[in-house]
Amino acid sequence: MSGSLLITFDKIWKSYGQGEATVHALAGVDLAIRSGEFVAIMGPSGSGKSTAMNIIGCLDTPTAGTYSFMGIDAGRLDRNRRAMLRNLYVGFVFQGYNLLPRTTAVENVELPLIYRGVAARERHDLAMKALAEVGLVGREHHTPAELSGGQQQRVAIARAIVTRPTLLVADEPTGNLDTARTHEIMELLTRLNTELGLTIAMVTHEADVAFYAGRTIRFLDGHVASDAVNLEVV
Amino acid sequence: MIWETVRLSLLSVRRNVLRSFLTLLGIVIGVAAVIAMLTIGSGTTEKVKADISKLGSNLLVIRPGRPAGPGGPGGLDQATRPLGSKELAALVAHLSGARAISPASQKQVRVIFGTESLTSGVTGTDSAYLDARDWKLDSGRPFSDSENRSGTGVCLIGETVRQQFFGAGDPEGEIIRVNRTSCKIIGLLEPKGYTGFGQDQDNVVLMPLAAYQRRIAGNRDIDSIYVAADDRTPTTELLPRVEDILRDARRIPPDREDDFSIRDMTQIADAMASATTTMTGMLGAVAGVSLLVGGIGIMNIMLVSVTERTREIGIRLAIGAHEKHILIQFLVEATVLSLLGGIIGILIGLTLAGLASLTLAIPFAPSPAVILLAVGFSALIGMVFGFFPALRGARLDPIDALRHE
Ligand SMILES: Nc1ncnc2c1ncn2[C@@H]1O[C@H](COP(=O)(O)OP(=O)(O)OP(=O)(O)O)[C@@H](O)[C@H]1O
Ligand SMILES: [Mg+2]
Repeated sequence: MSGSLLITFDKIWKSYGQGEATVHALAGVDLAIRSGEFVAIMGPSGSGKSTAMNIIGCLDTPTAGTYSFMGIDAGRLDRNRRAMLRNLYVGFVFQGYNLLPRTTAVENVELPLIYRGVAARERHDLAMKALAEVGLVGREHHTPAELSGGQQQRVAIARAIVTRPTLLVADEPTGNLDTARTHEIMELLTRLNTELGLTIAMVTHEADVAFYAGRTIRFLDGHVASDAVNLEVV
Repeated sequence: MIWETVRLSLLSVRRNVLRSFLTLLGIVIGVAAVIAMLTIGSGTTEKVKADISKLGSNLLVIRPGRPAGPGGPGGLDQATRPLGSKELAALVAHLSGARAISPASQKQVRVIFGTESLTSGVTGTDSAYLDARDWKLDSGRPFSDSENRSGTGVCLIGETVRQQFFGAGDPEGEIIRVNRTSCKIIGLLEPKGYTGFGQDQDNVVLMPLAAYQRRIAGNRDIDSIYVAADDRTPTTELLPRVEDILRDARRIPPDREDDFSIRDMTQIADAMASATTTMTGMLGAVAGVSLLVGGIGIMNIMLVSVTERTREIGIRLAIGAHEKHILIQFLVEATVLSLLGGIIGILIGLTLAGLASLTLAIPFAPSPAVILLAVGFSALIGMVFGFFPALRGARLDPIDALRHE
């Protein structure tokens, strides 16, 4: 608990639908995440985890309340400004990998750099370096169809970190992986957190995955039910 | 960035060759049709103009018989008086503004040399005929005045006749038989080629009018009189003067219509050229409709493409693409696709026009302007019809797009 405040939710509401049918995915959530933290978000299905993650990652905006990202009132920015924030400061890892099909690993990793206007040569070098960082040397020119789930998720992580973001948003990153692969990916994320000082917000359903993080926030029906530091258990 | 996008869109065309091709078919057919039509059309126009100018420039042709028109069919009827030396003499004496005035009577006659024979257009005329019809001699000399007057058995032959009888040899001084008479070749006419109606203009034998009348026609009639205007006089000015002189010479009372016709070859040339231009324009419009269909095809496929790649759009947006990046990506893709169709269409169109010009014996006249226009137009179609699908893609919500299956 050392870094500066990176993320603050101030009475965040996210509602869908109107009148009787209104669903409150988030109902007045307050939370704070500091730079360099690794936070796990847990909770039953439908409790609002993904909704919160989308707001944290500047993909979505709250219906009410203030979302402050790096001191910026990100909840009130327009589409293109949020796109810029994402491109500069946020990396995403999804449960379903979300790689472009029929596109090689290195081309997938280059993608965020294209929207930054990085020159082709440099883009390629950076992407190769990121793939090396996630341990995918020798697989650079394979397409997603030619890679295993664990390898695909490594490509996705490489794509997320190639821009050297401040924040990594991971929604159930190990949800599709077996136990061995899950722990490999979690070790990789932990290393990125400690070695690069990357702030990570991660949704998971599994307690042993959450345990890699330093802190766990539990959601229940759009509220924060609990927020506690993970105790080191030997 | 743009090159990246172009490369990307070519890649996506290549990934789906069959679908891309089917999509392009509309554009390909449209552009091919436009290019073929316009190229063949301008070739035809050139051909028609060339044909008419072969008849001689600024030429009036006078024939006996009422002119065709609202009053009923023209041409010769029982009561038609033929033209004769009286009319010719009147024109020569009184007409101002003419470069050449020449009589001509013509008949298809069997011409024989040695054992070879050929049916040829034998024309009785005078030495002014060459001038009136802008025709030159490749070798030899025209009829002299005394040959004209006395009707000596001399003749000028066309290239086809020479080839038939003498091959590449020199025909001058040889005697050929024309019908039951004979004549000495004194010159060779410059080749003129075929008319647009497939008539060989070089299969001719010219002889002095008097000789023709006496030995072949057996009368003193003149089939037609050619009047070529000089450089200062437009045919439209010359025509009424000719009419006055002829009415006078033929003593037609003021209340009676002309019993002869005067055709202005310049006007016919213009009319035919403008007719082919109109045709070309109409065919072009039809082709334009098929381009519209092609554009709708592009729009359709781009909508499919955007839907299919909703998830990809979601990924790109999440990663930091702006709306304009997505818009440009799909716009470029539509443009590249449609441009590709345009280029294929141009190649096919030119091939068709080339084949047509071979079979129809018209000049192959591809216009760089038209080709450039087709390229620009197909790119434009891509942009216009690709815009709506691209905008739809760009406006997608990244969260919805990522959730799309
Ligand atoms: N676009 C939407 N329109 C309507 N309701 C929505 C929409 N997105 C989410 N919701 C609702 O908001 C609530 C929270 O959804 P959310 O996706 O955040 O849950 P979650 O905690 O991520 O669940 P899970 O563990 O299944 O992923 C759910 O009740 C969901 O039905
Ligand atoms: Mg979820």
